[in-house]
Amino acid sequence: MRFLLVEDNAQLARALVDRLALDGHVLDHAEDLATANSFIEVASYDLILLDIMLPDGDGRNFLKAHRSRTDRTPVIVLTARSQITDRVGLLDLGADDYIVKPFDFSELEARCRAVLRRRGGAADNMRHFAGVDFDSLAGTISIAGRVEPLRNRELRLLEVFFAAPGQIFSKPHLMDRLFSFTEDVSENAIEVYVGRLRKKLEGSAARIETVRGLGYRLTGKT
Amino acid sequence: MRFACLATALTVWILSLGAATAFEIEGERHYPAPEGAVTLRIISTADINVFEPIILEFQRQNPGVGIDYVIASSTELMRAIYEEQEPFDLAISSAMDLQTKLANDGFALAYSSFATEALPDWAKWRNQIFAFTQEPAVLVISEADFAGMEPPKTREELISLLRENPDRFAGRIGTYDVRISGAGYLFATQDSRNSDSYWRLTEVMGRLHARLYGGSGDMIRDVASGRLALAYNVVGSYAMSRLPDYPGIRIILFEDYVNVMLRTVLVPVNAPHPSEAGLMVDSLATLDSRPALTERTSLPPVKASGLQENSAARPIRLGPGLLVFLDRLKKQSFLQNWTSSMEQFVR
Amino acid sequence: MRAMLGKGSIRRRLVVQLSLIAAVLSLAFFLIVRAVAGQAASDTQDNILAASATSIADAIYSERGRISLELPYSALSMLGSISQDRVFYRVIVDGETLTGYDDLPAPAHFPKPSEPVFSTLDFRGEEVRSVAVGRTVSSGGQAIRAAIVVAQTRSGLAAITSKISATSVAVGIGLFLFATLLSLLAAQSALLPLNRMTQSIKRRGPHDLRPVRTEIPGELLPLVAALNNFMARLRAALAQSEELVAEAAHRVRTPLAVVRTQAEVALRRLDKPEDRQALREMIRAVDESSRSAGQLLDHAMVTFRTDHLQETRFDLGEVTRETCAHLQPTAGLKDIALVLDIPERPLPFVGDPILLQSALRNILDNAIKYSPADSEITVTITVDRHYEISFRDQGRGFGDVNTGGLTKRFARGGNVADVVGSGLGLTIVDVVARAHKGRVKIRTNTEGPGACVSLVLPLH
Repeated sequence: MRFLLVEDNAQLARALVDRLALDGHVLDHAEDLATANSFIEVASYDLILLDIMLPDGDGRNFLKAHRSRTDRTPVIVLTARSQITDRVGLLDLGADDYIVKPFDFSELEARCRAVLRRRGGAADNMRHFAGVDFDSLAGTISIAGRVEPLRNRELRLLEVFFAAPGQIFSKPHLMDRLFSFTEDVSENAIEVYVGRLRKKLEGSAARIETVRGLGYRLTGKT
Repeated sequence: MRFACLATALTVWILSLGAATAFEIEGERHYPAPEGAVTLRIISTADINVFEPIILEFQRQNPGVGIDYVIASSTELMRAIYEEQEPFDLAISSAMDLQTKLANDGFALAYSSFATEALPDWAKWRNQIFAFTQEPAVLVISEADFAGMEPPKTREELISLLRENPDRFAGRIGTYDVRISGAGYLFATQDSRNSDSYWRLTEVMGRLHARLYGGSGDMIRDVASGRLALAYNVVGSYAMSRLPDYPGIRIILFEDYVNVMLRTVLVPVNAPHPSEAGLMVDSLATLDSRPALTERTSLPPVKASGLQENSAARPIRLGPGLLVFLDRLKKQSFLQNWTSSMEQFVR
Repeated sequence: MRAMLGKGSIRRRLVVQLSLIAAVLSLAFFLIVRAVAGQAASDTQDNILAASATSIADAIYSERGRISLELPYSALSMLGSISQDRVFYRVIVDGETLTGYDDLPAPAHFPKPSEPVFSTLDFRGEEVRSVAVGRTVSSGGQAIRAAIVVAQTRSGLAAITSKISATSVAVGIGLFLFATLLSLLAAQSALLPLNRMTQSIKRRGPHDLRPVRTEIPGELLPLVAALNNFMARLRAALAQSEELVAEAAHRVRTPLAVVRTQAEVALRRLDKPEDRQALREMIRAVDESSRSAGQLLDHAMVTFRTDHLQETRFDLGEVTRETCAHLQPTAGLKDIALVLDIPERPLPFVGDPILLQSALRNILDNAIKYSPADSEITVTITVDRHYEISFRDQGRGFGDVNTGGLTKRFARGGNVADVVGSGLGLTIVDVVARAHKGRVKIRTNTEGPGACVSLVLPLH
């Protein structure tokens, strides 16, 4: 997916670029509103991540202008203001959602997904692998016409595997993707979700293999 | 001031003891109380037979009050109160002028009650004099002498009648001797004030040798007996009360004006029992509300409506005007004029 | 806070001063009327006395060398026409009493003709007003001086005077009452613009700091100008401090976000368990501090808003649904299903929707935090004698602690050491509930695991 990040803090922007790249997303960074406007004119984005306090103006004004352009690109506001009054105001101005800094990346992902789902989807939300059609937005897989809904953690886990088929993911790595850092869960919890996914992938060529001592990987062979 | 008053009152009382019988009385009657010790002393010009029903009625309502009723002429009454300060509780007189003088000169007590408040304004003065009867001065004629003749309706008609018929009326006219009768003097002076015709009438009567009387009773009697053809300025209430006894007489109320004399009561300033005297004043002031009693006394009570009943009626007004004819010089000259008119041929 | 005590009311001062003026004027009116009327009555009596004496003087005549008098009837009757006063007269000719009351005091000097001499004296135990008129009569070629004294008691005059006094007292009192009423109305109308201004300021919401624009009389302009000036400064100060807080939050939170994001990126690249553990703890610390700061700000805001409760009418069901919708992605991360059982019909409520939302968010946030993965949170609204918004989770519940104490500031359950939290969440809920005359109900589920937190609000 292609994101536009409007954020004046270069460090945060770089970190976000890095982080989103890990999941295979492209992120253009605009440091101020003027740059953001010029980006919007030449490219189209699946989603805009907008900071409120910017060197050349208030993000809320951008939001207003954006909505009046009848541009339907969804906007998620990254706000440092946590007061409820501010948050409510943002939604009234036309933001699709907001997330308060600092944020859990999984939550940002979840919110992006929710917004996109509400807005009717991004262009490349369908992935295909070994006879499995995976709609990450709808949260479904279909194997030979049989549609199977995925639960949230199953979906996120499958996303990790689908992003790099054949790559081995360690248990701790997968845990970080699945559980929040505030949750204390044992590594064995991963096995539960891997088990569930395997069950749902039955009937297709796709399989999640256990690589003893290293972790798991997705393969398409029988 | 107060001591001076007291001293005066004391002196007066002692003097009155010394001269207790200086004024002349015509009669006296005792009405002892069945119970109690208070005795009201009343000095009055009214005959006992006229006033007795009132006394009895009063005693019926106030059994604790005895009454000593003294009858005197108005001038003697004046003397008793004014000069001798005789301790009477009530003074009842038809001589309005003398009653007024008593009040004006400070010989009457003020008294006020619901009964006196209800009296019309013309029937009281200074809350000291209260009128309880209204008695018109009337002409009494013998019906026999006026047979086939229209009786006079005004004084002018009477003058004409007398002038035109000197033979018929010579020596047969009766009227008060104003020199001896208080009521006669009052009627005469009011006549002289009310009408120019009075002095002409007096002259005519004098020319016809009018007989002069001291009281109404005698005049009525003489008209009834035929000695008189007519009597002028008779107290109406007497005439009315005698009508049943003397069928031959007739009472004429003039149409030009009728003097109405008010019989009045006052409480003398040195009354021994002023509060009981007040009860009697109330009793007299409410005479009009007791028809049974007025029937018995034949006294016409004061009515608030009395003025409207007869437009010619002129109640003699209480007040300082009445003092005028008591003025020494005024009285002297009035009596002189009267005497010279009345006795022009006698002299 | 102690209520402001007004020191001296303008209206009272106005009314008191106007009433005092009215009282003084009424008193002056009374005194003047009484004096004038009394004088008029007294003059009337004097005039009649003089007329009486003159008419007596006119009636003196000389006859055959003797002075005599024909007392006119009207001379005395006129005196009786206005009152029932006692009348005395005396005619003195050549020093001798011709007629009348010879004890009536004669004037010390012979009064000049056409100049009546009036005096007030005591006669026969009563105060009398007397007039003496002089007249020269020629008799037998001799000029003889005659003095006429007419006197009258004054009880009629006293009665008239007291009647006038009573009337003027009544009129004076009426005047005073009327003037007082008018002054009340005048004070009322004079203070009307002030009241109007007060009302217009009173009606404002707590955050309305716009200048006062009511129509005001000139006298109040400086006051209003000062007030507007003050409000402008306050508005600027408030805006400044709001900006400051926002700026501070921004300055702190953005670096935190950088740290957190970088830590996450680093976590993806590190394999050593010790390093990973260290990074996780760092992330936890960041979360904890930002959450605490957020709740502290929330708490401050809630306290401020409940002090100045702005009531609007809104749909409780809709606010609850919105709150759930916003937290849905958060719940989804743990595969927690939010099951809503909210009546479709509108649930009208009067209160501050932002506060309510804050309270609901805190409850739901807590519930998500303490719920295990793959569980359900049931949100129900029941309408009985109250609105009851319940959040039932399948978490660990509250253990054995006294649930009543949980709404205290910074109080936390005894079994939550492993979960990030400041302990302010339920305190915020409690403050909001109380501000809306409601309460918080906390109980551990009797059937199955978990707890149920309810917000009970009155029906309106």
